[in-house]
Amino acid sequence: MEYSEKVLDHFMKPRNMGEIPDATASGTVGNPICGDIMKMDLKIVDNVIVDAKFKTFGCGSAIATSSMATELIIGKTTDEALDITNQAVAEALDGLPKVKMHCSVLAEQAVKKALEQFYLENDMMTPERQIKFGILSEEHDH
Amino acid sequence: MDIKLEQRMEEAKLEARVYFDHAATTAPRPEVIETVTGVLNESFGNPSSFYKEGHQAARLLEESRASIAQGLDVLPEEVFFTSSGTEADNWAIKGVAQAREGRGRHLITTKVEHHAVLHTMEALEKQGFEVTYLEVDRFGLVDPLDVKKAIRPDTILVSVMMANNEIGTVMPIKAIGTICREANVLFHSDAVQALGAIPVLPRELNADLMSFSGHKLYAPKGIGVLYKRKGLRIDRLLDGGAQERRQRGGTENVAFAKAFSTAFELALMDMAEESTRQIALRDRMIKGVIEAVPHTKLNGHPEKRLPNNANFSFEFIEGESILLLLDALGYACSSGSACTSASLDPSHVLLSIGMPAEIAHGSLRVTIGRETTEKEIDRFLIDLPLVISRLRDMSPLFADHMRGKLDALIPFEGGIDVKIEGGYAL
Repeated sequence: MEYSEKVLDHFMKPRNMGEIPDATASGTVGNPICGDIMKMDLKIVDNVIVDAKFKTFGCGSAIATSSMATELIIGKTTDEALDITNQAVAEALDGLPKVKMHCSVLAEQAVKKALEQFYLENDMMTPERQIKFGILSEEHDH
Repeated sequence: MDIKLEQRMEEAKLEARVYFDHAATTAPRPEVIETVTGVLNESFGNPSSFYKEGHQAARLLEESRASIAQGLDVLPEEVFFTSSGTEADNWAIKGVAQAREGRGRHLITTKVEHHAVLHTMEALEKQGFEVTYLEVDRFGLVDPLDVKKAIRPDTILVSVMMANNEIGTVMPIKAIGTICREANVLFHSDAVQALGAIPVLPRELNADLMSFSGHKLYAPKGIGVLYKRKGLRIDRLLDGGAQERRQRGGTENVAFAKAFSTAFELALMDMAEESTRQIALRDRMIKGVIEAVPHTKLNGHPEKRLPNNANFSFEFIEGESILLLLDALGYACSSGSACTSASLDPSHVLLSIGMPAEIAHGSLRVTIGRETTEKEIDRFLIDLPLVISRLRDMSPLFADHMRGKLDALIPFEGGIDVKIEGGYAL
Protein backbone atom coordinates (compact mmCIF):
# COMPACT_ATOMS: atom_id res chain seq x y z
CA MET A 1 0.00 0.00 0.00
CA GLU A 2 1.53 3.26 -1.09
CA TYR A 3 0.19 6.80 -0.85
CA SER A 4 0.10 9.31 -3.70
CA GLU A 5 2.59 12.16 -3.53
CA LYS A 6 -0.23 14.55 -2.86
CA VAL A 7 -1.40 12.57 0.17
CA LEU A 8 2.14 12.54 1.53
CA ASP A 9 2.53 16.26 0.87
CA HIS A 10 -0.65 17.10 2.79
CA PHE A 11 0.38 14.69 5.54
CA MET A 12 3.89 16.12 5.90
CA LYS A 13 2.84 19.73 5.48
CA PRO A 14 -0.76 19.89 6.67
CA ARG A 15 -2.69 23.01 5.66
CA ASN A 16 -4.87 24.77 8.21
CA MET A 17 -3.91 22.57 11.14
CA GLY A 18 -4.97 23.97 14.49
CA GLU A 19 -8.01 25.37 16.19
CA ILE A 20 -10.18 28.49 15.79
CA PRO A 21 -10.76 29.86 19.29
CA ASP A 22 -13.88 31.83 18.23
CA ALA A 23 -15.17 29.25 15.76
CA THR A 24 -18.70 29.73 14.49
CA ALA A 25 -19.22 25.98 14.50
CA SER A 26 -17.18 22.86 15.05
CA GLY A 27 -17.64 19.15 14.56
CA THR A 28 -15.83 16.16 16.05
CA VAL A 29 -16.27 12.71 14.54
CA GLY A 30 -14.60 9.32 14.84
CA ASN A 31 -13.69 7.07 17.70
CA PRO A 32 -10.35 6.58 19.48
CA ILE A 33 -11.00 2.83 19.65
CA CYS A 34 -11.09 2.73 15.84
CA GLY A 35 -7.95 4.84 15.79
CA ASP A 36 -9.22 8.06 14.25
CA ILE A 37 -10.81 11.28 15.47
CA MET A 38 -11.23 14.44 13.46
CA LYS A 39 -12.17 17.87 14.79
CA MET A 40 -13.13 20.59 12.34
CA ASP A 41 -13.54 24.26 13.35
CA LEU A 42 -15.28 26.66 10.96
CA LYS A 43 -15.42 30.44 10.92
CA ILE A 44 -18.50 31.46 8.96
CA VAL A 45 -19.32 35.04 7.92
CA ASP A 46 -22.43 35.80 5.85
CA ASN A 47 -22.86 32.11 5.09
CA VAL A 48 -19.32 31.94 3.70
CA ILE A 49 -16.64 29.74 5.28
CA VAL A 50 -13.86 32.26 5.76
CA ASP A 51 -11.62 29.96 7.76
CA ALA A 52 -11.37 26.29 8.65
CA LYS A 53 -8.93 24.49 10.91
CA PHE A 54 -8.59 20.85 11.89
CA LYS A 55 -7.02 18.59 14.45
CA THR A 56 -6.80 14.89 13.70
CA PHE A 57 -5.75 11.77 15.59
CA GLY A 58 -5.28 9.16 12.93
CA CYS A 59 -3.27 7.68 10.12
CA GLY A 60 -1.61 9.47 7.23
CA SER A 61 -4.70 9.49 5.06
CA ALA A 62 -6.89 10.77 7.91
CA ILE A 63 -4.55 13.73 8.36
CA ALA A 64 -4.19 14.34 4.60
CA THR A 65 -7.95 14.24 3.99
CA SER A 66 -8.53 16.66 6.88
CA SER A 67 -6.00 19.04 5.38
CA MET A 68 -7.45 18.76 1.87
CA ALA A 69 -11.03 19.16 3.13
CA THR A 70 -10.15 22.51 4.73
CA GLU A 71 -8.63 23.71 1.44
CA LEU A 72 -11.73 22.67 -0.48
CA ILE A 73 -14.22 24.43 1.80
CA ILE A 74 -12.47 27.71 2.61
CA GLY A 75 -14.07 30.49 0.53
CA LYS A 76 -17.15 28.40 -0.26
CA THR A 77 -20.64 29.16 0.94
CA THR A 78 -21.98 26.74 3.51
CA ASP A 79 -24.33 25.27 0.92
CA GLU A 80 -21.47 24.74 -1.55
CA ALA A 81 -19.44 23.08 1.21
CA LEU A 82 -22.38 20.82 1.95
CA ASP A 83 -22.09 19.40 -1.58
CA ILE A 84 -18.43 18.39 -1.18
CA THR A 85 -18.34 14.62 -0.96
CA ASN A 86 -15.69 12.28 0.35
CA GLN A 87 -15.03 11.20 -3.26
CA ALA A 88 -14.20 14.81 -4.11
CA VAL A 89 -11.73 14.98 -1.20
CA ALA A 90 -10.13 11.68 -2.25
CA GLU A 91 -9.94 12.76 -5.90
CA ALA A 92 -8.32 16.06 -4.96
CA LEU A 93 -5.61 13.97 -3.28
CA ASP A 94 -5.09 11.91 -6.49
CA GLY A 95 -6.89 9.00 -4.89
CA LEU A 96 -6.55 6.96 -1.70
CA PRO A 97 -5.75 3.27 -1.26
CA LYS A 98 -8.98 1.29 -1.17
CA VAL A 99 -8.68 0.34 2.52
CA LYS A 100 -8.27 4.03 3.36
CA MET A 101 -11.44 5.34 1.74
CA HIS A 102 -13.19 5.36 5.11
CA CYS A 103 -10.78 8.13 6.19
CA SER A 104 -12.19 10.40 3.49
CA VAL A 105 -15.69 9.64 4.80
CA LEU A 106 -14.52 10.91 8.16
CA ALA A 107 -13.42 14.23 6.61
CA GLU A 108 -16.81 14.71 4.96
CA GLN A 109 -18.50 13.81 8.24
CA ALA A 110 -16.43 16.30 10.24
CA VAL A 111 -17.32 19.17 7.89
CA LYS A 112 -20.98 18.19 7.91
CA LYS A 113 -21.09 17.86 11.68
CA ALA A 114 -19.89 21.46 11.97
CA LEU A 115 -22.30 22.65 9.28
CA GLU A 116 -25.17 20.86 10.99
CA GLN A 117 -24.42 22.79 14.17
CA PHE A 118 -24.31 26.03 12.17
CA TYR A 119 -27.65 25.44 10.43
CA LEU A 120 -29.40 24.30 13.58
CA GLU A 121 -28.13 27.18 15.70
CA ASN A 122 -29.14 29.70 13.07
CA ASP A 123 -32.49 28.10 12.42
CA MET A 124 -31.50 27.45 8.81
CA MET A 125 -32.01 23.68 8.68
CA THR A 126 -34.44 23.12 5.80
CA PRO A 127 -35.63 19.72 4.55
CA GLU A 128 -33.48 20.17 1.40
CA ARG A 129 -30.42 20.68 3.56
CA GLN A 130 -31.39 18.01 6.08
CA ILE A 131 -31.31 15.37 3.35
CA LYS A 132 -27.60 16.03 2.77
CA PHE A 133 -26.66 15.06 6.33
CA GLY A 134 -27.41 11.38 5.81
CA ILE A 135 -23.70 10.53 5.98
CA LEU A 136 -23.60 11.52 9.65
CA SER A 137 -25.78 8.60 10.61
CA GLU A 138 -23.78 6.09 8.57
CA GLU A 139 -21.96 3.49 10.59
CA HIS A 140 -18.25 3.93 10.87
CA ASP A 141 -17.11 0.89 8.94
CA HIS A 142 -14.62 -0.57 11.42
CA MET B 1 4.93 23.93 12.42
CA ASP B 2 8.05 22.65 14.06
CA ILE B 3 10.99 24.11 12.15
CA LYS B 4 13.34 21.50 13.60
CA LEU B 5 11.35 18.64 12.08
CA GLU B 6 11.23 20.29 8.64
CA GLN B 7 14.97 20.86 8.86
CA ARG B 8 15.65 17.26 9.86
CA MET B 9 13.52 16.02 6.94
CA GLU B 10 15.70 18.00 4.53
CA GLU B 11 18.90 16.76 6.16
CA ALA B 12 17.64 13.17 6.16
CA LYS B 13 17.48 13.17 2.36
CA LEU B 14 21.28 13.20 2.38
CA GLU B 15 21.75 10.81 5.31
CA ALA B 16 21.95 7.02 5.12
CA ARG B 17 18.73 5.09 5.71
CA VAL B 18 18.43 3.41 9.09
CA TYR B 19 16.92 -0.07 9.00
CA PHE B 20 15.06 -0.75 12.24
CA ASP B 21 12.75 -3.57 11.11
CA HIS B 22 14.84 -6.70 11.56
CA ALA B 23 11.85 -8.61 12.94
CA ALA B 24 10.19 -8.17 9.53
CA THR B 25 13.19 -9.30 7.54
CA THR B 26 16.96 -8.94 7.41
CA ALA B 27 19.37 -8.11 4.61
CA PRO B 28 21.31 -11.22 3.55
CA ARG B 29 24.92 -11.10 4.70
CA PRO B 30 27.56 -10.82 1.94
CA GLU B 31 28.91 -14.30 2.76
CA VAL B 32 25.37 -15.67 2.34
CA ILE B 33 24.86 -13.98 -1.03
CA GLU B 34 28.21 -15.33 -2.16
CA THR B 35 27.16 -18.84 -1.14
CA VAL B 36 23.87 -18.55 -3.04
CA THR B 37 25.46 -17.34 -6.27
CA GLY B 38 28.19 -19.97 -5.91
CA VAL B 39 25.65 -22.79 -5.65
CA LEU B 40 23.47 -21.42 -8.46
CA ASN B 41 26.49 -21.03 -10.73
CA GLU B 42 28.21 -24.30 -10.00
CA SER B 43 25.69 -26.77 -8.61
CA PHE B 44 22.37 -26.31 -10.37
CA GLY B 45 21.66 -30.06 -10.44
CA ASN B 46 18.59 -31.75 -8.98
CA PRO B 47 19.60 -33.54 -5.78
CA SER B 48 17.41 -36.51 -6.78
CA SER B 49 19.22 -37.06 -10.10
CA PHE B 50 21.48 -40.04 -10.62
CA TYR B 51 24.54 -38.47 -12.12
CA LYS B 52 27.40 -36.21 -11.13
CA GLU B 53 25.50 -32.88 -11.10
CA GLY B 54 22.74 -34.44 -9.01
CA HIS B 55 25.15 -36.04 -6.57
CA GLN B 56 26.96 -32.75 -6.18
CA ALA B 57 23.72 -30.90 -5.36
CA ALA B 58 22.67 -33.68 -2.97
CA ARG B 59 26.01 -33.45 -1.21
CA LEU B 60 25.61 -29.69 -0.70
CA LEU B 61 22.09 -30.17 0.60
CA GLU B 62 23.20 -32.79 3.11
CA GLU B 63 26.11 -30.61 4.18
CA SER B 64 23.66 -27.82 4.94
CA ARG B 65 21.39 -30.18 6.82
CA ALA B 66 24.27 -31.55 8.89
CA SER B 67 25.49 -28.07 9.72
CA ILE B 68 22.06 -26.89 10.85
CA ALA B 69 21.63 -30.11 12.87
CA GLN B 70 24.96 -29.46 14.57
CA GLY B 71 23.94 -25.90 15.40
CA LEU B 72 20.69 -27.12 16.93
CA ASP B 73 22.42 -30.11 18.55
CA VAL B 74 20.05 -32.54 16.85
CA LEU B 75 20.44 -35.28 14.21
CA PRO B 76 20.58 -34.42 10.49
CA GLU B 77 17.55 -36.66 9.88
CA GLU B 78 15.58 -34.41 12.24
CA VAL B 79 16.07 -31.35 9.99
CA PHE B 80 13.62 -30.77 7.12
CA PHE B 81 13.80 -27.93 4.61
CA THR B 82 10.62 -26.02 3.79
CA SER B 83 9.79 -22.94 1.76
CA SER B 84 9.23 -20.72 4.81
CA GLY B 85 8.60 -20.54 8.52
CA THR B 86 4.90 -20.41 7.70
CA GLU B 87 5.11 -23.72 5.86
CA ALA B 88 6.99 -25.25 8.79
CA ASP B 89 4.25 -24.08 11.19
CA ASN B 90 1.49 -25.36 8.90
CA TRP B 91 3.21 -28.70 8.42
CA ALA B 92 3.92 -29.25 12.13
CA ILE B 93 0.41 -28.38 13.29
CA LYS B 94 -1.69 -29.86 10.49
CA GLY B 95 0.66 -32.83 10.25
CA VAL B 96 0.19 -33.72 13.93
CA ALA B 97 -3.56 -33.04 13.81
CA GLN B 98 -4.09 -35.36 10.87
CA ALA B 99 -1.75 -38.08 12.08
CA ARG B 100 -3.20 -38.13 15.60
CA GLU B 101 -6.86 -37.32 15.20
CA GLY B 102 -7.65 -40.89 16.18
CA ARG B 103 -6.22 -40.12 19.64
CA GLY B 104 -7.91 -36.79 20.07
CA ARG B 105 -8.95 -33.59 18.41
CA HIS B 106 -7.86 -30.95 20.93
CA LEU B 107 -4.95 -28.53 20.51
CA ILE B 108 -3.58 -25.79 22.76
CA THR B 109 -1.88 -22.57 21.75
CA THR B 110 -1.70 -18.93 22.90
CA LYS B 111 -3.46 -15.76 21.87
CA VAL B 112 -0.22 -14.06 20.86
CA GLU B 113 1.09 -16.50 18.26
CA HIS B 114 2.07 -15.43 14.76
CA HIS B 115 -0.72 -15.65 12.19
CA ALA B 116 1.06 -18.65 10.66
CA VAL B 117 0.06 -20.56 13.80
CA LEU B 118 -3.23 -18.81 14.66
CA HIS B 119 -4.72 -19.08 11.18
CA THR B 120 -3.58 -22.71 10.91
CA MET B 121 -5.41 -23.41 14.17
CA GLU B 122 -8.49 -21.66 12.83
CA ALA B 123 -8.36 -23.79 9.69
CA LEU B 124 -8.30 -26.90 11.89
CA GLU B 125 -11.26 -25.62 13.91
CA LYS B 126 -13.23 -25.50 10.66
CA GLN B 127 -12.41 -29.18 10.24
CA GLY B 128 -13.86 -29.98 13.65
CA PHE B 129 -10.77 -29.74 15.83
CA GLU B 130 -11.05 -27.91 19.13
CA VAL B 131 -8.44 -25.30 20.05
CA THR B 132 -7.74 -23.66 23.42
CA TYR B 133 -6.16 -20.22 23.11
CA LEU B 134 -4.29 -19.43 26.33
CA GLU B 135 -4.23 -15.94 27.79
CA VAL B 136 -0.94 -14.18 28.44
CA ASP B 137 -0.03 -11.75 31.23
CA ARG B 138 0.58 -8.03 30.74
CA PHE B 139 4.11 -8.75 29.52
CA GLY B 140 2.99 -11.33 26.99
CA LEU B 141 4.11 -14.35 29.03
CA VAL B 142 2.08 -17.53 29.13
CA ASP B 143 2.00 -19.33 32.48
CA PRO B 144 3.26 -22.94 32.13
CA LEU B 145 0.71 -23.93 34.79
CA ASP B 146 -2.06 -22.69 32.47
CA VAL B 147 -0.72 -25.07 29.84
CA LYS B 148 -0.80 -27.89 32.37
CA LYS B 149 -4.38 -27.08 33.35
CA ALA B 150 -5.51 -26.91 29.73
CA ILE B 151 -4.17 -30.36 28.81
CA ARG B 152 -6.98 -32.95 28.47
CA PRO B 153 -6.95 -36.65 27.66
CA ASP B 154 -7.78 -35.77 24.04
CA THR B 155 -5.06 -33.10 23.68
CA ILE B 156 -2.70 -33.99 20.86
CA LEU B 157 -0.52 -30.87 20.50
CA VAL B 158 0.62 -27.77 22.36
CA SER B 159 2.09 -24.96 20.25
CA VAL B 160 3.74 -21.99 21.97
CA MET B 161 6.12 -19.58 20.27
CA MET B 162 9.63 -19.18 21.62
CA ALA B 163 9.76 -15.40 21.20
CA ASN B 164 7.05 -12.99 20.16
CA ASN B 165 7.54 -11.21 16.86
CA GLU B 166 5.83 -7.99 17.93
CA ILE B 167 6.76 -7.35 21.55
CA GLY B 168 9.83 -9.60 21.72
CA THR B 169 8.77 -11.46 24.87
CA VAL B 170 10.68 -14.72 25.32
CA MET B 171 8.33 -17.45 26.52
CA PRO B 172 9.13 -20.04 29.22
CA ILE B 173 9.10 -22.81 26.65
CA LYS B 174 11.47 -25.15 28.45
CA ALA B 175 8.98 -25.41 31.33
CA ILE B 176 6.13 -25.84 28.85
CA GLY B 177 8.07 -28.50 26.95
CA THR B 178 8.69 -30.40 30.18
CA ILE B 179 5.00 -30.29 31.13
CA CYS B 180 4.04 -31.60 27.68
CA ARG B 181 6.62 -34.39 27.80
CA GLU B 182 5.32 -35.49 31.23
CA ALA B 183 1.74 -35.38 29.98
CA ASN B 184 2.74 -37.28 26.83
CA VAL B 185 1.48 -34.49 24.57
CA LEU B 186 3.47 -33.30 21.56
CA PHE B 187 5.02 -29.83 21.80
CA HIS B 188 5.67 -27.50 18.86
CA SER B 189 7.33 -24.12 19.08
CA ASP B 190 7.54 -21.41 16.44
CA ALA B 191 11.09 -20.17 16.98
CA VAL B 192 11.28 -18.00 13.86
CA GLN B 193 12.24 -14.86 15.80
CA ALA B 194 14.53 -16.64 18.22
CA LEU B 195 16.92 -18.55 15.95
CA GLY B 196 20.25 -16.79 15.59
CA ALA B 197 19.37 -14.33 18.35
CA ILE B 198 19.27 -16.55 21.45
CA PRO B 199 20.30 -20.20 22.04
CA VAL B 200 17.79 -22.64 20.54
CA LEU B 201 18.31 -26.27 21.50
CA PRO B 202 15.20 -28.36 20.75
CA ARG B 203 16.25 -31.33 22.90
CA GLU B 204 17.01 -29.22 25.94
CA LEU B 205 13.67 -27.46 25.48
CA ASN B 206 11.81 -30.78 25.24
CA ALA B 207 10.37 -29.70 21.91
CA ASP B 208 9.11 -32.30 19.44
CA LEU B 209 8.76 -29.84 16.58
CA MET B 210 10.25 -26.41 15.96
CA SER B 211 9.84 -23.96 13.06
CA PHE B 212 12.53 -21.64 11.72
CA SER B 213 12.86 -19.14 8.90
CA GLY B 214 15.95 -18.10 6.95
CA HIS B 215 15.23 -14.47 6.27
CA LYS B 216 15.10 -13.53 9.94
CA LEU B 217 18.74 -14.56 10.35
CA TYR B 218 20.30 -12.80 7.35
CA ALA B 219 19.52 -15.52 4.77
CA PRO B 220 17.05 -14.92 1.90
CA LYS B 221 13.27 -15.22 2.02
CA GLY B 222 11.91 -18.50 0.67
CA ILE B 223 13.66 -21.00 2.96
CA GLY B 224 12.51 -22.42 6.26
CA VAL B 225 13.31 -25.39 8.44
CA LEU B 226 11.20 -27.76 10.48
CA TYR B 227 12.88 -29.67 13.28
CA LYS B 228 11.00 -32.92 13.85
CA ARG B 229 12.11 -35.30 16.58
CA LYS B 230 13.35 -38.64 15.27
CA GLY B 231 10.69 -41.32 15.27
CA LEU B 232 7.80 -38.86 15.35
CA ARG B 233 5.46 -39.50 12.44
CA ILE B 234 3.26 -36.70 11.16
CA ASP B 235 1.28 -36.39 7.94
CA ARG B 236 2.74 -34.69 4.89
CA LEU B 237 1.68 -31.17 3.99
CA LEU B 238 3.07 -31.34 0.45
CA ASP B 239 2.49 -34.58 -1.44
CA GLY B 240 4.89 -35.25 -4.27
CA GLY B 241 8.24 -36.87 -4.87
CA ALA B 242 10.50 -38.69 -2.45
CA GLN B 243 12.38 -35.60 -1.29
CA GLU B 244 13.11 -34.90 2.38
CA ARG B 245 12.92 -38.58 3.36
CA ARG B 246 9.58 -38.87 1.51
CA GLN B 247 8.03 -36.39 3.89
CA ARG B 248 7.98 -33.18 1.88
CA GLY B 249 7.55 -33.22 -1.88
CA GLY B 250 9.21 -30.64 -4.12
CA THR B 251 12.69 -30.29 -5.56
CA GLU B 252 14.92 -28.96 -2.81
CA ASN B 253 16.14 -25.35 -2.95
CA VAL B 254 19.79 -26.25 -2.54
CA ALA B 255 21.14 -22.71 -2.87
CA PHE B 256 18.85 -21.36 -0.18
CA ALA B 257 19.36 -24.39 2.08
CA LYS B 258 23.06 -23.61 1.88
CA ALA B 259 22.24 -19.93 2.54
CA PHE B 260 20.34 -20.93 5.67
CA SER B 261 23.14 -23.07 7.04
CA THR B 262 25.78 -20.44 6.22
CA ALA B 263 23.75 -17.70 7.93
CA PHE B 264 23.14 -19.93 10.95
CA GLU B 265 26.85 -20.84 11.24
CA LEU B 266 27.75 -17.14 11.08
CA ALA B 267 25.14 -16.24 13.68
CA LEU B 268 26.41 -18.88 16.11
CA MET B 269 29.99 -17.70 15.73
CA ASP B 270 29.47 -14.51 17.71
CA MET B 271 26.00 -14.93 19.19
CA ALA B 272 27.00 -14.18 22.80
CA GLU B 273 28.93 -10.99 21.96
CA GLU B 274 26.39 -9.79 19.42
CA SER B 275 23.53 -10.40 21.81
CA THR B 276 25.30 -8.44 24.58
CA ARG B 277 25.98 -5.61 22.11
CA GLN B 278 22.37 -5.48 20.90
CA ILE B 279 20.97 -5.62 24.44
CA ALA B 280 23.09 -2.58 25.34
CA LEU B 281 21.85 -0.69 22.27
CA ARG B 282 18.26 -1.77 22.83
CA ASP B 283 18.29 -0.65 26.47
CA ARG B 284 19.94 2.64 25.53
CA MET B 285 17.07 3.21 23.12
CA ILE B 286 14.33 2.16 25.55
CA LYS B 287 15.69 4.38 28.32
CA GLY B 288 16.24 7.29 25.95
CA VAL B 289 12.78 7.10 24.38
CA ILE B 290 10.92 6.84 27.68
CA GLU B 291 12.92 9.74 29.13
CA ALA B 292 12.48 11.96 26.08
CA VAL B 293 8.80 11.31 25.31
CA PRO B 294 6.15 11.66 28.05
CA HIS B 295 3.22 9.22 28.18
CA THR B 296 5.24 6.41 26.58
CA LYS B 297 4.96 2.77 27.51
CA LEU B 298 7.34 -0.09 26.83
CA ASN B 299 5.42 -3.12 25.58
CA GLY B 300 6.61 -6.62 26.37
CA HIS B 301 8.76 -7.84 29.22
CA PRO B 302 11.51 -5.49 30.46
CA GLU B 303 14.11 -8.30 30.66
CA LYS B 304 12.69 -11.48 29.17
CA ARG B 305 12.79 -10.08 25.66
CA LEU B 306 14.73 -10.55 22.44
CA PRO B 307 18.04 -8.63 22.35
CA ASN B 308 16.91 -6.67 19.29
CA ASN B 309 13.31 -5.76 20.13
CA ALA B 310 11.84 -2.55 21.49
CA ASN B 311 8.11 -1.87 21.27
CA PHE B 312 6.50 1.33 22.47
CA SER B 313 3.05 2.85 22.77
CA PHE B 314 2.78 6.62 22.47
CA GLU B 315 -0.48 7.95 23.80
CA PHE B 316 -2.77 10.32 21.84
CA ILE B 317 -1.33 9.51 18.40
CA GLU B 318 -1.63 6.84 15.76
CA GLY B 319 1.08 4.43 14.63
CA GLU B 320 0.90 4.72 10.86
CA SER B 321 1.50 8.47 11.10
CA ILE B 322 4.57 7.76 13.21
CA LEU B 323 5.88 5.35 10.56
CA LEU B 324 5.31 7.82 7.72
CA LEU B 325 7.18 10.64 9.45
CA LEU B 326 9.97 8.30 10.55
CA ASP B 327 10.23 7.03 6.97
CA ALA B 328 10.61 10.63 5.78
CA LEU B 329 13.41 11.02 8.34
CA GLY B 330 15.16 7.90 7.06
CA TYR B 331 13.94 5.15 9.39
CA ALA B 332 12.27 1.83 8.55
CA CYS B 333 10.14 0.70 11.52
CA SER B 334 6.84 -1.09 12.04
CA SER B 335 3.63 -0.62 13.99
CA GLY B 336 0.85 -2.68 15.49
CA SER B 337 -1.57 0.00 14.39
CA ALA B 338 -4.71 -1.06 12.57
CA CYS B 339 -3.91 1.32 9.77
CA THR B 340 -0.77 -0.54 8.77
CA SER B 341 -2.63 -3.81 8.42
CA ALA B 342 -5.17 -4.66 5.77
CA SER B 343 -7.62 -5.74 8.47
CA LEU B 344 -8.04 -2.35 10.20
CA ASP B 345 -7.86 -4.11 13.56
CA PRO B 346 -5.09 -3.24 15.98
CA SER B 347 -2.51 -5.90 16.80
CA HIS B 348 -3.95 -9.01 18.47
CA VAL B 349 -0.77 -9.21 20.54
CA LEU B 350 -1.15 -5.73 22.03
CA LEU B 351 -4.83 -6.35 22.75
CA SER B 352 -3.94 -9.69 24.38
CA ILE B 353 -1.53 -8.05 26.83
CA GLY B 354 -4.49 -5.98 27.98
CA MET B 355 -3.80 -2.77 26.14
CA PRO B 356 -6.81 -0.58 25.40
CA ALA B 357 -7.41 -0.29 21.64
CA GLU B 358 -6.95 3.49 21.65
CA ILE B 359 -3.36 3.01 22.83
CA ALA B 360 -2.66 -0.09 20.74
CA HIS B 361 -3.15 2.12 17.66
CA GLY B 362 -0.19 4.27 18.73
CA SER B 363 2.43 1.55 18.87
CA LEU B 364 5.87 1.43 17.31
CA ARG B 365 8.14 -1.59 16.93
CA VAL B 366 11.84 -0.93 16.54
CA THR B 367 13.96 -4.01 15.88
CA ILE B 368 17.69 -3.51 15.57
CA GLY B 369 20.24 -5.85 13.99
CA ARG B 370 23.86 -6.63 13.30
CA GLU B 371 24.41 -3.44 11.30
CA THR B 372 22.88 -1.18 13.97
CA THR B 373 25.30 1.32 15.50
CA GLU B 374 25.18 3.47 18.61
CA LYS B 375 25.21 6.49 16.29
CA GLU B 376 21.98 5.34 14.70
CA ILE B 377 20.34 4.94 18.10
CA ASP B 378 21.44 8.42 19.15
CA ARG B 379 20.20 9.93 15.88
CA PHE B 380 16.87 8.20 16.46
CA LEU B 381 16.67 9.60 19.99
CA ILE B 382 16.86 13.10 18.48
CA ASP B 383 14.38 12.49 15.67
CA LEU B 384 11.68 10.41 17.36
CA PRO B 385 10.65 13.09 19.91
CA LEU B 386 10.22 15.57 17.02
CA VAL B 387 7.89 13.12 15.27
CA ILE B 388 5.85 12.44 18.38
CA SER B 389 5.43 16.09 19.29
CA ARG B 390 4.44 17.02 15.72
CA LEU B 391 1.69 14.39 15.79
CA ARG B 392 0.57 15.31 19.30
CA ASP B 393 0.28 18.95 18.18
CA MET B 394 -2.16 17.71 15.55
CA SER B 395 -4.10 15.44 17.89
CA PRO B 396 -7.46 16.59 19.27
CA LEU B 397 -7.02 14.01 22.04
CA PHE B 398 -3.76 15.58 23.16
CA ALA B 399 -5.39 19.03 23.04
CA ASP B 400 -8.19 17.75 25.28
CA HIS B 401 -5.63 16.19 27.60
CA MET B 402 -3.71 19.46 27.88
CA ARG B 403 -6.95 21.24 28.75
CA GLY B 404 -7.56 18.74 31.52
CA LYS B 405 -10.56 17.24 29.73
CA LEU B 406 -9.03 13.84 29.12
CA ASP B 407 -7.04 11.64 31.51
CA ALA B 408 -3.94 9.94 30.20
CA LEU B 409 -3.91 6.14 30.28
CA ILE B 410 -0.10 6.03 30.32
CA PRO B 411 1.51 8.00 33.17
CA PHE B 412 3.54 11.11 32.24
CA GLU B 413 6.83 9.49 33.23
CA GLY B 414 5.96 6.37 31.21
CA GLY B 415 7.42 2.93 31.87
CA ILE B 416 5.71 -0.42 31.78
CA ASP B 417 2.32 0.47 33.25
CA VAL B 418 -0.95 1.50 31.71
CA LYS B 419 -4.29 2.35 33.28
CA ILE B 420 -6.61 -0.35 32.04
CA GLU B 421 -9.80 0.94 33.64
CA GLY B 422 -11.71 3.77 32.09
CA GLY B 423 -10.45 4.57 28.64
CA TYR B 424 -11.48 7.65 26.75
CA ALA B 425 -15.07 8.60 27.41
CA LEU B 426 -16.01 10.97 24.62
